[in-house]
Amino acid sequence: MTNITPRAFTKSSSFGLTNAVFIGRSIRLSLRNTEALIMAIMLPVMLMLLFTYVFGGAIDPGGNYVNYVVPGIILLCAGFGSASTAVDVAHDMTNGIIDRFRTMPIQSLSVITGHVVASLARNSLATAVVIGVAFLVGFRPSANAIEWLAALGIIILFILTFTWLFAAIGLVSGSPSAASSYGFALLFLPYLSSAFVPTDTMPNWLQGVANHQPITPVIETIRGLLTGTPIHDQAWWAIGWCSFILLTSLIWCFIAFQKKAGRR
Amino acid sequence: MSKLAIDVKGLRKKFGSHVVLNGIDISVPVGTVYALLGPNGAGKTTLIHILSTLVAPDEGSVKVAGYDVVSEKNKVKQSISLTGQFAAVDEMLTSEENLQMICRLSGLTIAESRTRTDELLKHFDLTAAAKKLVKTYSGGMRRRLDLAISLVVSRPVLFLDEPTTGLDTISRRALWEIILQLKAQGITIFLTTQYLEEADQLADRIAVINGGHVVASGTANDLKSKLGGEVIELHNSNEELIGTVSTTGTIHDIRLSLNELALKYPQETRVSIRKPSLDDVFLLLTSKKLEESLS
Ligand SMILES: Nc1ncnc2c1ncn2[C@@H]1O[C@H](COP(=O)(O)OP(=O)(O)O)[C@@H](O)[C@H]1O
Ligand SMILES: [Mg+2]
Repeated sequence: MTNITPRAFTKSSSFGLTNAVFIGRSIRLSLRNTEALIMAIMLPVMLMLLFTYVFGGAIDPGGNYVNYVVPGIILLCAGFGSASTAVDVAHDMTNGIIDRFRTMPIQSLSVITGHVVASLARNSLATAVVIGVAFLVGFRPSANAIEWLAALGIIILFILTFTWLFAAIGLVSGSPSAASSYGFALLFLPYLSSAFVPTDTMPNWLQGVANHQPITPVIETIRGLLTGTPIHDQAWWAIGWCSFILLTSLIWCFIAFQKKAGRR
Repeated sequence: MSKLAIDVKGLRKKFGSHVVLNGIDISVPVGTVYALLGPNGAGKTTLIHILSTLVAPDEGSVKVAGYDVVSEKNKVKQSISLTGQFAAVDEMLTSEENLQMICRLSGLTIAESRTRTDELLKHFDLTAAAKKLVKTYSGGMRRRLDLAISLVVSRPVLFLDEPTTGLDTISRRALWEIILQLKAQGITIFLTTQYLEEADQLADRIAVINGGHVVASGTANDLKSKLGGEVIELHNSNEELIGTVSTTGTIHDIRLSLNELALKYPQETRVSIRKPSLDDVFLLLTSKKLEESLS
């Protein structure tokens, strides 16, 4: 057996490079997880077709339902897609690999950043698929270029927010399967919003929930920007809710990551 | 006095109300191999986690490579490399990708990372499997990759938590060879093991922990001579060990023992006399503790 040549230790990698390496890792892992990737692309297609052709006729016989439902499907898919971040993070935290990263002179929280950026990429793709299919089945938005940009901005803010929230859930849940079931609970939120039917068709007590939860203003803002329905103050509520949840999740992630030290 | 790579004084650690380490003192001179022995749950992994900054100590002073593990965490991280008890590798990446990732995180350029990866793959006999996903690897291959990853850059202190548990004899011996090579390069190695033979072969000094304390420490020979005398072993005609008896080793004592044994065992029993092994020391130390805690 030959001798291993010792390699004197060089300076450790910079903050930017560390993040780049972890982002590359997470994207690679996402691409290797073929089942999840196929699901992330198939789900938008199926939901779009389901809501337009199966439910659409009953909800709006005029055939205009597709214009109403697109924002809801975008958020439903984004929620689904970002939920897998919880599983990815929990997997890393319960596998010995996190100990390796923590004992290296690098900013090990960047492991999480890597998963967040990969989720952003996956979900942007899913959003593009939703919009593409929507056009094929008759989606006719009235938005100009600036409104499109604003809508995409809100969608990306939403994905980022929920991805960090799911990352925090992944950090505090003890195992990937626990992370998966906690994440599942959150996925019901879009159904209890104005995503699929206007909230004033719901019973009173449910309207209270639906009008005051974060998904509804996000939906109303996106719908308003894309199809010209009135937005009122919903845009501010949307940005406020997202910023609040995003900030809380970031702090939660930071604390949970420090606390998790050596606990497995 | 030679320089110390690891210097632990009065270390205590508890999880909730469960005291795992209750006043540990350990010093490891630079460039030596130190083996930590102890039964399951004795706190070996906890001690390695404290030494490698993963877990904070409750009390005591813990220095690695001259730096404090609490107040100079980053300096410690720059001086150590850890191979944990469970292989810390990415299952969904290939071994090549795993190595390159750690190379980049260690500050090597892309070109340097490639060369270093190839070098390590070759050395650890993984070149043929370099492009296969790690999830298809055997336990031995994973261990080798894990160790290769720990050696991407040489840090002065290397921690190995049960590096050969679950490996077959050939892989184990190959790993011993590598550990001795690293020692020859001046790296300090702190390892835990359940195999006394391993400690005997590799370590300059050994400590046995049990019940939160270091119950014995010294060279393998120091520990063996603590038992003193000789051990009489009895084997049946199938070469199976059927009993051991300690004696002081004098003719008088051996004769007395044999007189007694002749009455208890069949006449075809074979008798041999040997020096006490580390196993004997270990069993004595850990069972004595057990009896004390039971009474
Ligand atoms: N994070 C933790 N929280 C609570 N108890 C722990 C934790 N880590 C280890 N322990 C307990 O500490 C004891 C020592 O564990 P460990 O250091 O893994 O022992 P060894 O490596 O010697 O087998 C065990 O009883 C274990 O259950
Ligand atoms: Mg252990």
